[in-house]
Amino acid sequence: MELSFSNSYQVKRVGSYSTTRNMPRINDVYFQPPRTLVVYPQTKTYFSHWKDLSPGSAPVRKHGGTVMGGVLGAIEKIDDLSAGLLTLSELHAFMLRVDPANFKIFNHNMLVTLAMMFPDDFTPEVHVATDKFLAQLALALSEKYR
Amino acid sequence: MVQWTDFERATIQGVFEKMDYDDVGPAALSRCLVVYPWTQRYFGNFGNLYNAAAIQGNPMVAAHGKTVLHGLDRAVKNMDDIKATYAELSVLHSEKLRVDPDNFRLLADCLTIVVAARMGADFTADVQGAFQKFLAVVVSSLGKQYH
Repeated sequence: MELSFSNSYQVKRVGSYSTTRNMPRINDVYFQPPRTLVVYPQTKTYFSHWKDLSPGSAPVRKHGGTVMGGVLGAIEKIDDLSAGLLTLSELHAFMLRVDPANFKIFNHNMLVTLAMMFPDDFTPEVHVATDKFLAQLALALSEKYR
Repeated sequence: MVQWTDFERATIQGVFEKMDYDDVGPAALSRCLVVYPWTQRYFGNFGNLYNAAAIQGNPMVAAHGKTVLHGLDRAVKNMDDIKATYAELSVLHSEKLRVDPDNFRLLADCLTIVVAARMGADFTADVQGAFQKFLAVVVSSLGKQYH
């Protein structure tokens, strides 16, 4: 699945929300009450080492920021995600051992959050470009698993 | 039988009561046709579906979107037996319309996104959880009579 030029453009626009007039908003995405742990409780199994798994807790928010940083960083490497995400893939495959099915869950919640925060900008075209990108991202992240 | 908490029941009733069917129905279906273009295979006689703008402006898509969304009313009113409520519709989709049941999940995802966009911050994680659980039951029931 290749990202067309217009897909890449759309995704970079979404990423650029952090550097344009919408700057406060994309940083808000970092702080959107993390919904994955609430809506898909099975994801909590990866975080038994945190005492507090409620949405507002410090480790949860911090981790949301870490993951979002990874996604935004991947936008920069959109033209060669496999190479760009090599290290992260190795991390997820050999150390974190996150079941790749969870990447789909995260991607879905990413789309929901974007729709909530940017209802007018998250048109169907932006939706499909972002969905494709996130799917490619998940694929690149899963590469080192086996 | 599916167990619903009081919160889930109240949330589902509330979301659908406040919903603008004329807006959400067309938006959800047209979004599905754009984001998952293979779903267009079922709408060969709908005319111009060549690009996103055409799909979103297509009156047949809009009308059908409203029909589909109103189809959910039955489940909202009969949350305690959605499976039986949709038995007939499931046969229709399987035998007559021949819709791949995976498409129900795709439309449900698009509906979730549209409702999230309309509700904004009110679409909390708990509301999302209840809404997705409801749609999952609907999707499963619609797929039940496929043999």
